[in-house]
Amino acid sequence: MTGFRAIAVAIVKGFVRDKMSLFFALVFPLMFLVLFGGIFNFASSPKITMVVVGQVPLFDNLPDGARQAFDDSFEVTRSRDADRAVAEVRKGDADVAVQMRGNTVVAHYTQADQTKAAVTRGTLNAFVDGANQAASGTPPRYRLDAVRVEDQSLKAIQFVTPGLLGWAVAMSAAFGAAATLQGWRNSKLLRRLQLSPVPTRSVVAARVVVTVLVALVQMAIFLGLGLVAFGLQLTGSWWMGVPLLVAGTMAFMSLGLLAGAIAKTQEGAVNLANFFVLPMAFLSGSFFPLDGAPPWLQATSLALPLRHLNDGMLDVLVRGQGPTAAIVPMLILLGFAAVVTLVAVRLFRWED
Amino acid sequence: MSSGNGGPAISVRGLRKAYGDLAAVDDVSFDVATGEFFGILGPNGAGKTTTLEMVEGLRRPDAGDVHLLGEPTWPRNPRLLPRIGVQLQASAFFERLTAREQIHTFAALYGVPPGQADDWLERVGLTDKAGSRTEALSGGQKQRLAIACALVHEPEVVFLDEPTAALDPQARRNLWDLLRSLNEAGRTVVLTTHYMDEAEALCDRVAIMDHGKVLQLDSPSALVRGLDAPVRIFVSPHLVTADDARAVAGVDAVTDDGTSTVLSTRSPSAVLTRLAELNALEGLQVKAATLEDVFLDLTGREYRA
Ligand SMILES: Nc1ncnc2c1ncn2[C@@H]1O[C@H](COP(=O)(O)OP(=O)(O)O)[C@@H](O)[C@H]1O
Ligand SMILES: [Mg+2]
Repeated sequence: MTGFRAIAVAIVKGFVRDKMSLFFALVFPLMFLVLFGGIFNFASSPKITMVVVGQVPLFDNLPDGARQAFDDSFEVTRSRDADRAVAEVRKGDADVAVQMRGNTVVAHYTQADQTKAAVTRGTLNAFVDGANQAASGTPPRYRLDAVRVEDQSLKAIQFVTPGLLGWAVAMSAAFGAAATLQGWRNSKLLRRLQLSPVPTRSVVAARVVVTVLVALVQMAIFLGLGLVAFGLQLTGSWWMGVPLLVAGTMAFMSLGLLAGAIAKTQEGAVNLANFFVLPMAFLSGSFFPLDGAPPWLQATSLALPLRHLNDGMLDVLVRGQGPTAAIVPMLILLGFAAVVTLVAVRLFRWED
Repeated sequence: MSSGNGGPAISVRGLRKAYGDLAAVDDVSFDVATGEFFGILGPNGAGKTTTLEMVEGLRRPDAGDVHLLGEPTWPRNPRLLPRIGVQLQASAFFERLTAREQIHTFAALYGVPPGQADDWLERVGLTDKAGSRTEALSGGQKQRLAIACALVHEPEVVFLDEPTAALDPQARRNLWDLLRSLNEAGRTVVLTTHYMDEAEALCDRVAIMDHGKVLQLDSPSALVRGLDAPVRIFVSPHLVTADDARAVAGVDAVTDDGTSTVLSTRSPSAVLTRLAELNALEGLQVKAATLEDVFLDLTGREYRA
């Protein structure tokens, strides 16, 4: 027990004194969190800038509810010169220019930003339809009531935090295991420990426990910062994220062990771990949601442990799924860890 | 400090290890007595490290038998481990720890209190470097720390693999004093080296190894005596010419190496007395045979570490 504690303390000291590994475990992923959570959040629904040429009575006589929606969607400037207004749209200074020709509302817009173009057309159509209906005097027969299925407050930070946390944990767990196995073998420290009375399982346990602790600290910092600074909102069974993250840590450690068993030098081991982790992070939706990805890529990504960690974390942290949603990802991650560790043990050689 | 059964501290019989076609260790046998300072001497690649690691129980021998303090070393024998101390190479440290943290960690592995660890830091002269990270220590300081870490639990038998390799001459001499003191405190010490002078200076007995085999095993002086090599006396040619030298009784051969007249003799005291009478002692040098001559005699090759 004193042996286990001494080795764990030595690993912790080695970790916090290593500026590079601290940077990659915390600072680097947090930079992404600030970037995605801070900047993209505010840019997520910008208003559409509209130039109104002359008088457009339709807009001036909107009923109250429609007025509200109009003001939310558009930022209006006025102009007398139709040509100048269209030129502004062409240059990208405004999104749409609107004028009346008789009873027709003419909207000049560009397809440069397809989302805004679609919103502009749809919204204007709705106002025109509404105005036509009001003019006809008959009440509408059909209404559309759109309700989003996610938590009403779902914002970019909700998606970004679990994914980036998974990436950060993958990096530090894989790098730590790779560097320890390779470095300790090269320096003969591993053999030196073999000749001490401390059982091998204590040495392994010390490394595992420290890696899990680092992962939990990463989780606390990511969720804490998200909650305090970026309006992250956790859902009911978020605590299931803790055992899920521990299972993920095991899976990434096994990848690091594999890298450490194969590589001939410590730098080689860390580079190889990076070679495993970075593409995995992209393909597992840590940076961008996979919803838009082609089906074959989505299917392929199911072979990656980070994909299952990310899915499970999204489910329990922000999608409001029950605690059981984490069970299947956990089993997959632990199975992955067991298989890859066995492979690493088979490939491990004391000598190069 | 006994093996518990009155036998030798270490007993090695018919030890073999091959890497592919290469016989790294080829039928090696020796005993080390309790309290002995034992050396394994040989050039690089002779098989010293492989032999030592099999004796320690780190490597499984292909054949042969090792008993340490009366117990077999393979498979890993946890009862034996607290009784032996091992310095493998000077880099076997935890990363980014200070010298003190390093030895405290090793002490904890053996259940040794930190105070005793600090004592060892003091004994190897590293107290003023206690707060420095291992990476910042010099080669000699690292070696001394590695030795202190190997000894912190007061083992009965100590294994040191080339502890003075890559050290400057001053650091080597300092380390020799430390190693002597370990042995004088009653410990059995086994050391490998490729330095002839180190083996001569430190070891009670030396096994000379080459190509995986032990060529000879005895005390350094007995090895040299066994050679029956002549003593060479170097005198100034201005004081003693080659012809003068040949006239001296007891001289077997005379050569001129360009700067000195060289007299080979097996009765050096008679020759030296005669040279004193001739008033030829100024600048005189005497060279006895060394382990290098023994190696040359055994292998037919010049010794090159
Ligand atoms: N793990 C290994 N794999 C293959 N060959 C090895 C291995 N270890 C040592 N050798 C070879 O065995 C021989 C003896 O090596 P070693 O015991 O390290 O010699 P020494 O310590 O005397 O320099 C050398 O030729 C070396 O190249
Ligand atoms: Mg060696």
